[in-house]
Amino acid sequence: MDHQEQSNATLTTSVFMTHDVGLHARPSVKLTQLAKTFAARLELGLSPEGPWIDAKSIVKVMRTKAPKDTTLYFRAEGADAEAALAALVALVEGDFQADVGGEAA
Amino acid sequence: MTDSAPKEHCVRGEAASPGLLAGRIVSHQAAAAESRDAGSPSEEAAALEAAIAAAITALGLMVEASEGEAAEILGFQVAMLEDPTLAEEAYAAIAEGRAADQAWQDAMAEQIAVFAAADDSYFQARSSDLEDLRDRVLRALQGAGEEQQAVPRGGILLVDDIAPSTFLAQDWAERGIALRAGSASSHVAMLARARGVPLVLGLGAVQADAGTAALLDGEAGALTLAPGPEARAVFQTRQRARAEETLALARIIDKPVATAEGDAVAVLLNVALPEELEGLDPAICDGIGLVRSEFLFYGRDSLPDEEEQFAAYAKILRWAAGRPVIFRTLDAGGDKPIAGLTEPDEGNPFLGRRGLRLCLARPEVFKVQLRALLRASALGPAKIMLPMVALAEEVEQARALLQAAAESLGAAAPADLPALGIMIEIPAAALTLERFAIDFASIGSNDLIQYTMAAARDGSGLGYLQRVQAPAVLQLIAESVAAAERMGIEISLCGDAGGDPEAISALLGVGLRRLSMAPPAVGRAKARIASWSESGGHGG
Repeated sequence: MDHQEQSNATLTTSVFMTHDVGLHARPSVKLTQLAKTFAARLELGLSPEGPWIDAKSIVKVMRTKAPKDTTLYFRAEGADAEAALAALVALVEGDFQADVGGEAA
Repeated sequence: MTDSAPKEHCVRGEAASPGLLAGRIVSHQAAAAESRDAGSPSEEAAALEAAIAAAITALGLMVEASEGEAAEILGFQVAMLEDPTLAEEAYAAIAEGRAADQAWQDAMAEQIAVFAAADDSYFQARSSDLEDLRDRVLRALQGAGEEQQAVPRGGILLVDDIAPSTFLAQDWAERGIALRAGSASSHVAMLARARGVPLVLGLGAVQADAGTAALLDGEAGALTLAPGPEARAVFQTRQRARAEETLALARIIDKPVATAEGDAVAVLLNVALPEELEGLDPAICDGIGLVRSEFLFYGRDSLPDEEEQFAAYAKILRWAAGRPVIFRTLDAGGDKPIAGLTEPDEGNPFLGRRGLRLCLARPEVFKVQLRALLRASALGPAKIMLPMVALAEEVEQARALLQAAAESLGAAAPADLPALGIMIEIPAAALTLERFAIDFASIGSNDLIQYTMAAARDGSGLGYLQRVQAPAVLQLIAESVAAAERMGIEISLCGDAGGDPEAISALLGVGLRRLSMAPPAVGRAKARIASWSESGGHGG
C-alpha cells in the first residue's frame, strides 16, 4: 500500500450527520442513489481510518447501522471525485431532503 | 387433549396501534420449507437471478400503487434487492454446488443476523424487511407465486410477526393484527398507526384455531379469544363510543385548545423513549411536559453513556421542532429500581434515597446525564427538571453540578444554561415553592397524592384516597399555581391526572393552564378542555 504520491489522488472529507434517525432506510436509499450517479470510486467510513465500504451499495451502507449524530467519512477516487464528495456532503447536510436524479421523493 | 367448548381467554400484550376490532382469527401458514432439487450451478444461478428479478418487478408494481411512507419502505426493499452485494454470498455458494434456495436462505440469514443484533431498535426492526425479501424471493424460487392468504373483513391476523410487504399487499380496513413477537418501532407498527389498523404485539406463545372468535383491543393491548356474551357486550359499547369520539376528536386534535371562555391551555406530552414519538404529529401538542429519562436506564447491564443519552435527547428535541421539552433527570428508586444504582434493601423505598437525592449522592452518574442534556440543549428549547425535591438547598446543589458539567464541556457547552425547574411531588415543595430559585415547576400528581394522602400508589383498597380531587391535594395544587404566578414562572402538571378527563375539570378549576399527558390521551383531554368554562364547569 503506497499512501504517498498517488497519481490518481484519493480525496477525503467528513460530515456530521444530524438526521434525526441516522442512516436509516430512506437516507441510505438517497445516499446510494446519488453515489451511483458518479463514476468515481466512492467509499464510506465511520472513522477517518475506515474500515471503508462501497458507498454505492445500500446493503453495505445499511450494515454500518450509523445512528444519528455520527460523523460520516467519505473517500473518493476518480475523475469526478471532487464533485461526488461535494454532492454527498450537501445531501447529508441537507438532511437527505434533496431529490436524487430527478426522481420524485 | 380434551378440549371442550372454547373458553374465554384473554392474552395481554403491548398496544402498538389503537383500535377495537371484534372478529375472527386468521393465521397464515409459515412459508413452505420444502427444498427444491438442485440443478447444475449455472441453472441454480439462473434460477436465483430470475427469482430476484421477479421479486423486484412485483415490488416495483407495489411501489407505483403506494405513496408516502409505504412507497418509501417498498422502495428501500427494491434498492436492497437491486444491490448485487445482497446475493453475492448466495452466488458463491451456488458455484460450490448449493441449491439456489438453500444458498439464498443462508446468505440472507447472515444479513438478517447483522440487523437482529443491532442495539438501535430501528435497525433491529430492519431484520423484518430482510426476512420479507428472503421469503419473497424464496416464493418465486419455489414457484409458489403470490399465494399469501388474504385476510377477510373482520379478520384478526394472528402470526409471529408480519412483513411490511405482506402488510402493504392488502387492504386492512375493518381488520386487525395480533403478533406473538413484533416491535412497536417496526415499519409495520408505524404503518398500522398511520392507517388506523389495530395492532397488538408481544402476545407470546398464544395459539388459536383459524375461525376462533376474538376481540382485539389495540388500546389496552389485549386479545380475548372465544369471548363470552358479557365481554362482547362491553366491547361493543366501547366500539360505538370510540367511533363517535374518533370523528369528533379528529377535528380538534392537531389544533391549539382553549376553554369555552377562550382561555388558552397548553397540552404537553409525557414520553419515556423517543420511539414513542414515531408516527405522531407534533402539531397535536404544545411541547413535551415530561421526558422520563430513567427509561433509558432500564433493562440493561450498564448505565447508558453520554453519547447514547445525547442521541435519545436529541431525537426528542428534533421531533418537537422548536417546541419546549422538559427533561426530568434520572428519577430512580421508589418503584423504579436500577441495578447498580439504587439502594438494594431500603425498608421504605418511596421515602428513601430516590430521585434527586440519589443523583446528588452519585454525582458521577448525574454528571453524565447533565452533560448529555447540556449538549442536546443546543438543538432546541430543552428544560431540566429535578424530581423529588424537598428543600431549596437541593436545587442549589444540583445547579452547582449543572454549572460544573457545563464548564467541563468547555466550548461544547451552550451559551445559556437551560431552564432549571423542579417537580412538585413532595408537599414540602408545594408548601414552600417561593423559597426555590427556579425557572419553572411541574406538579407530579401521582407522588403528590401518595405523599399528601399517605396512600401508597400500589396500595389496594385505597382508591378513594388516590385522587387529585381530594381536598388537600387540590389545595396544594391551587397554592402552587398561585405561588408560581407570584414568582412569574410557568407551572404545569404531568401526572396521570393531566390526561384524565374527570381530573382535568378540577385542575382547570384551580387555575392550571398547562397539562402534560400520555399521547393517546390528547384528543379526549382537548375535548374536555374545550367544553369547560370557569363559570359553569362543563357545558353541553
